Amino acid sequence: MACAAAAAVYVRDGAEHFLAIFGSDLTLFGEMLPKVLAGCLIGAFVTMILPRELVARWVGHESGLTGLAVAAFFGFLLPGGPITIYPVAGAFLVMGADAGAVVAFITAWTLCGYTRALVWEFPFFGPHFVIWRIVEAIPLPLIAGLLARLAVRAGVNVTVKPGE
Amino acid sequence: MFIAVNILLWLVVAGLAFVAALRGRVLFNEGAREGMLEFLRLLPRIGAGVIGSGFIAEVLPKALVASWIGPESGLLGVVIATLGGALTPGGPVVGFAIGSAALKSGAGAPQVIAYSTAWALYAIHRLVIWEVPLMPARVVWLRAAASLPLPFIAAGLAMLLAQP
Repeated sequence: MACAAAAAVYVRDGAEHFLAIFGSDLTLFGEMLPKVLAGCLIGAFVTMILPRELVARWVGHESGLTGLAVAAFFGFLLPGGPITIYPVAGAFLVMGADAGAVVAFITAWTLCGYTRALVWEFPFFGPHFVIWRIVEAIPLPLIAGLLARLAVRAGVNVTVKPGE
Repeated sequence: MFIAVNILLWLVVAGLAFVAALRGRVLFNEGAREGMLEFLRLLPRIGAGVIGSGFIAEVLPKALVASWIGPESGLLGVVIATLGGALTPGGPVVGFAIGSAALKSGAGAPQVIAYSTAWALYAIHRLVIWEVPLMPARVVWLRAAASLPLPFIAAGLAMLLAQP
């Protein structure tokens, strides 16, 4: 897709315009690299040292709206990529956290996680847009968690046996 | 601002590396190695995404973007943006690259927020590639279903609160 778009610009607007865009994209790429490396290292170290059972116990013990808020807060706090986050969420389930808490956790990580925003989103959108987007996303993990609980109450079965 | 972000991220890296080193040399080495490997694996994808984004912004038909998901497009624009987000393939930067390109081409902020929220929460290919292998499938579908209204809520909040 990138190549096709680049070729189209080259053919339509000529080499000079092509090089101008290429230069500014390259600068953006260069600015991102140290952040991406930091993000990768954070993810790897957290995977190594995170006491998964401890986090899961915290989330599993609380229930009600507090449980959702605690889960969402951990989602915001925990850095790392999908390889880190989904096993942690899986551990929550096995430790007895309810589906609503797990949904709130993953949603918060996806929408409000600070490493994700700083590493990936900032370079593209700039701080102003990103900060507003995150502010508007704050209630969303709780809403998703509540919806998931409603679904469970309505009969959706999500019981998980250890080892699944 | 960008320097501050870099410093913050690397402080987190240093802190985590220190904790890992306290737990043992092997753990530290393993974490550093995993982080570097992940970085190298991501490099080509980020390169294509970032360098492509400028060109994609150039070739996006501005009139079409503005009329479909522009600030005047309202709820229909949010629906289109949400569908677009769900269908955009994953990878760490693709959604942000297209979202920022659309913003430059005249898309409205609430619509772009709906787009990137939908992409972050339930881009279909990410659900299949990342979540289903790592989590019980029932929980994944429950989470995706509970997330369905979130892009609309985020866009609605964006319209009410502020225009980034």
